[in-house]
Amino acid sequence: MSGGDTVNLLIQVSYYAAAFLFIMGLKRMSSPVTAASGIKWAGIGMLVATLITFAYPDMHNYALMTTAIFIGGVLAWWTGKRVAMTDMPQMIALYNGMGGGAAGAISGVELLGGGEHSLVFMVLAVLGGVIGSISFSGSMIAFGKLQGLIRKDFRFKGQNILNVTILAVIAVLGMVVIGGDGNPNTIALFFALALVLGVTMTLPIGGADMPVVISLYNALTGLAVAFEGFVLENAAMIIAGTVVGSAGTLLTQLMAKAMNRSLANVLFSGFGDSEGGTTEVSGSMKPIEATDVGVMMAFAQKVIIVPGYGMAVAQAQHKVWELSRLLIDRGVDVKFAIHPVAGRMPGHMNVLLAEAGVPYDRIYDADEINAEFETTDVALVIGANDVVNPVARTDKSSPIYGMPILDADKAHNCIVIKRGQGAGFSGIENALFFLDNTRMLYGDGQAMASELISAVKEM
Amino acid sequence: MIELSAFAALYIFMLAAFTGYEVIAKVPAILHTPLMSGSNFVHGIVVVGAMVALGEAESTATQVIGFIGVILGAGNAVGGYVVTERMLQMFRSSGKPKDAESGESSQ
Repeated sequence: MSGGDTVNLLIQVSYYAAAFLFIMGLKRMSSPVTAASGIKWAGIGMLVATLITFAYPDMHNYALMTTAIFIGGVLAWWTGKRVAMTDMPQMIALYNGMGGGAAGAISGVELLGGGEHSLVFMVLAVLGGVIGSISFSGSMIAFGKLQGLIRKDFRFKGQNILNVTILAVIAVLGMVVIGGDGNPNTIALFFALALVLGVTMTLPIGGADMPVVISLYNALTGLAVAFEGFVLENAAMIIAGTVVGSAGTLLTQLMAKAMNRSLANVLFSGFGDSEGGTTEVSGSMKPIEATDVGVMMAFAQKVIIVPGYGMAVAQAQHKVWELSRLLIDRGVDVKFAIHPVAGRMPGHMNVLLAEAGVPYDRIYDADEINAEFETTDVALVIGANDVVNPVARTDKSSPIYGMPILDADKAHNCIVIKRGQGAGFSGIENALFFLDNTRMLYGDGQAMASELISAVKEM
Repeated sequence: MIELSAFAALYIFMLAAFTGYEVIAKVPAILHTPLMSGSNFVHGIVVVGAMVALGEAESTATQVIGFIGVILGAGNAVGGYVVTERMLQMFRSSGKPKDAESGESSQ
């Protein structure tokens, strides 16, 4: 065996190992017990694949390559280490967009490089290029929106027609490129329009729907990577890209379902466009003092805490866990009930609670815990609103009708920590606040949690 | 390089698609965010493709595009890894409280 053959074999073996480690890593990431090791498995795979690629035959530009890896790697490392857990969703969007951009760049290099290629090569290079570019610019807009850099939703009549028109022009240009038109201007225009489409597609979508969009772009980037993997005849890229493409598609569907939105709804119309009647709620909101709540919780057998994003905004999760530990020490059964959209994306609240030290075996999904509210003495709702609104079960005219909710209203006592009396994020009146078994504890989440802690401690 | 026939590639594509679906299918919602982040990291393998593309680039234009591609790909891989690891590090069960708090919670 010649030296070149040995190197080739080594490269193939390394890519094979990387593909295996990626799949095993993802598999391990699907259970909280093994998840932390899963990312390490996948990380080793990535390291092996990247290092062996330096041995690829007939390459040059090594200095550029190393510099680029250094620049991209250091910037991403630095930003990734610094970002707050509450800002995770937009960082995922940012890094995902970079991957899409890299797939687009591969396509650009291959198409501009010229030479005779098969039809399949050209089609996949073009498809990967357009998908990667859309994912890149779309993800950047999603990042800007969640980061608060872009505050408007920019909706206008005919936005769908505009997008379809741009897509049609891209399709025509794509076919010209596939046909072997090596003109750099055509190729440049093709990529420019794909980038524009990503922007115009994403701008009208509201912040609440962003997680679904980010997940969709994640799946699209995977697909683009797989297509460019075909172009480069790189099996590791095909496997990793396709696995992410299909996993991401499934994840997108799960998220959309958890948020009671269809994907078409998210992409083609804004939330609240189909405004239903506002529910009339009778009764009044009944306030309560923190000391009374403290007594109530301290002598309860079972307490379920329902946190919402408002809790994270108030940075109250550490205080809430401190309160929970006091109660647990007193023999109270404390559980956390998490709605899929309690954070900014499904699972985000779990991350925020985990950061505060809440063990995952005290955290329950809506399906797991809803039956338990009936036997619960106190349900403590903190910073959550729409996800505990019982009209989602009963009122067909409500915009949130049909959305799965947490049945906090069924607990013997329901305490709601809330800043003021106004309606929630979606502007829908919450029937829970007016129930006979509900008491309102007005104040900032963190301040109220502190008061509850001292109330429990004094007993 | 080992030649990858179009059909072999198609078979890989099909099997990988089912694999991705099956691997994710039974995941509890509590892991959706870290998992999305983890899968985001996995497609960071694109950095390898960008390296190969840059390595083959001849003209200035393709070198520039390839260079940007490698920066972006490396950012995807490294950033995806860092944030996923940070998130997953925090998941622990009641039996294993984190070190900083172990003294407090064992009382």
